[in-house]
Amino acid sequence: MKQSRTQKTIYTLLNIIVLIIFLFPFLWMLSASFKTQIQVLSPDYLFTFTPTIKNYVAVFTKYDYLQFIWNTFLIAALSTFGSLFLGLPAAYGVAKYKMPFFGFTVLVAKIIPGITYLVPWYILFNKMHLIDTFTGMVLAHMVIGMPFIMWVMIPFFEEFPKEVEESAWIDGSSKLRTFYQMVLPISMPGIITSSLLSFIFSWNNFMFSLVLAGEKTKTLPLAIFNFMSNTSINWGALMAAACIITLPVIVIAVVAQKYVVSGLSAGAVKG
Amino acid sequence: MIINWIDRHLKWVFTLPAVLFIVLMVAYPLIYTGRLSFFEWSMSAITPPKWVGLDNYIAIFNDPKFWNSLKVTFYHSSVSIVLETVLGVAIALLFSRKFKGARMMKTFMLMPMVATPVSIALVWLLIYEPTLGIANEIAKSLGFGRQEWLASVTQVIPSLIIIDVWEWTPLIALIVIAGIASLPTDPYESADVDGATAWQKLIHITLPLLTPTIITAVTLRIIDLLKTFDTIYATTQGGPNFASQTLNILVFDLAFQNFKLGYASALLMIFFLLILAVIIVLQLVRRGGKS
Repeated sequence: MKQSRTQKTIYTLLNIIVLIIFLFPFLWMLSASFKTQIQVLSPDYLFTFTPTIKNYVAVFTKYDYLQFIWNTFLIAALSTFGSLFLGLPAAYGVAKYKMPFFGFTVLVAKIIPGITYLVPWYILFNKMHLIDTFTGMVLAHMVIGMPFIMWVMIPFFEEFPKEVEESAWIDGSSKLRTFYQMVLPISMPGIITSSLLSFIFSWNNFMFSLVLAGEKTKTLPLAIFNFMSNTSINWGALMAAACIITLPVIVIAVVAQKYVVSGLSAGAVKG
Repeated sequence: MIINWIDRHLKWVFTLPAVLFIVLMVAYPLIYTGRLSFFEWSMSAITPPKWVGLDNYIAIFNDPKFWNSLKVTFYHSSVSIVLETVLGVAIALLFSRKFKGARMMKTFMLMPMVATPVSIALVWLLIYEPTLGIANEIAKSLGFGRQEWLASVTQVIPSLIIIDVWEWTPLIALIVIAGIASLPTDPYESADVDGATAWQKLIHITLPLLTPTIITAVTLRIIDLLKTFDTIYATTQGGPNFASQTLNILVFDLAFQNFKLGYASALLMIFFLLILAVIIVLQLVRRGGKS
């Protein structure tokens, strides 16, 4: 069927409107980060202003943002690594040996509000002196990461052709070696998807940091939240900080779009 | 040999570390919370937890703050999910045809979902700012005059709903796009033979076939929607005057502002049961739709 000219125009127009709506807050954040306080506060400079990088300079010199970036990165990377280390073999075990305990736990972990853990963790971490430590933060973030990795990987391993593994076993390869030399490399798409998402979840996590982090382990989301509530709001610098936090995640989404989409809709496609 | 031993016990070697982790970090804390819900304790080192039986639960049902938070959670979640579903399906239908830049469009749709929620909340705080925000510039140019947005008791939830709809409509859209891509072509061919219009095809073929996908997407979204924390806490902290205090925010305040840990634990149990009930209802709807 051929589309008429008007239909095509309406269609393009609708696309553009949707696009603008999704992008606008990001453009707003970006433009405010290059404005002075006076320019942010005045309607005269909505779209025309001379950009300044003062806000970014302030974020790195006046405030300790390099430290916060490092903390956030370290916690996200370590918790993702830890989740893979525990989650991948476990997912394989569940896929091969049918262990209902896990299927159930993974589901429960997905449903339970994060704050349910936070109350007991806060009490127990206090007793064990784990508040404001990287160990505590990484363990907490792994509770989100590991079930997610299993959630993505169990169906992946279930579909792995049995014959491939069995022929490797017959050739004398141990089950352990078959797993990391053969099964894991072939399952790379799933591993990339689940690691990227686990990293993003941890990078963005706010609630756990609010309770479990302190001066030593402060992460970016907590840092900008404190930044806002401390003084009268310096909007330019705040938006610069927001841009800095958001940039890495957006880069991941652009570069690995396919993986991020399949990760976010994991569980939906398989029903 | 050790390799042989591992191979023979692979099932346990592979899963026990994860089991141990779950028991220590998830199961034990959850049981701890369940137990604590029958105690009264303010984390004092001097006064140990005091057994109060069902008192916490009884007190919750007589607590106007609980009923308020239930109302707020229901209001925020139900309106958001309806808008996100309707708009998400509409956008999916719009974008499901092949066109130049479809990949780019998908990337842009991902951005609200993956961007750090706290930074999103702060941008919207600037947009909604009553004296200098762009939202009021737009409202004024449309002839509505100055609005209070997040600072108003009546407008705060609609304002938060706008944020949530902006952030999460793409999730429903992306799932439904995947669903549309896997639809069978035969029904459309026979409909073409019968001379059906595009609208008839949409109502009688596309939407019924997509219903299971849409319900799955809604289930996935509503689980997280009921737990919304970051965007609300970073913008309003439950205010003004508790008008945006959802269950999640209420529990957080009780536990970490007032240190009423027993009471907060009891509330968590109720919160969990509530989410479970919603999931069960949606599953029943899905089964009912299939038969």
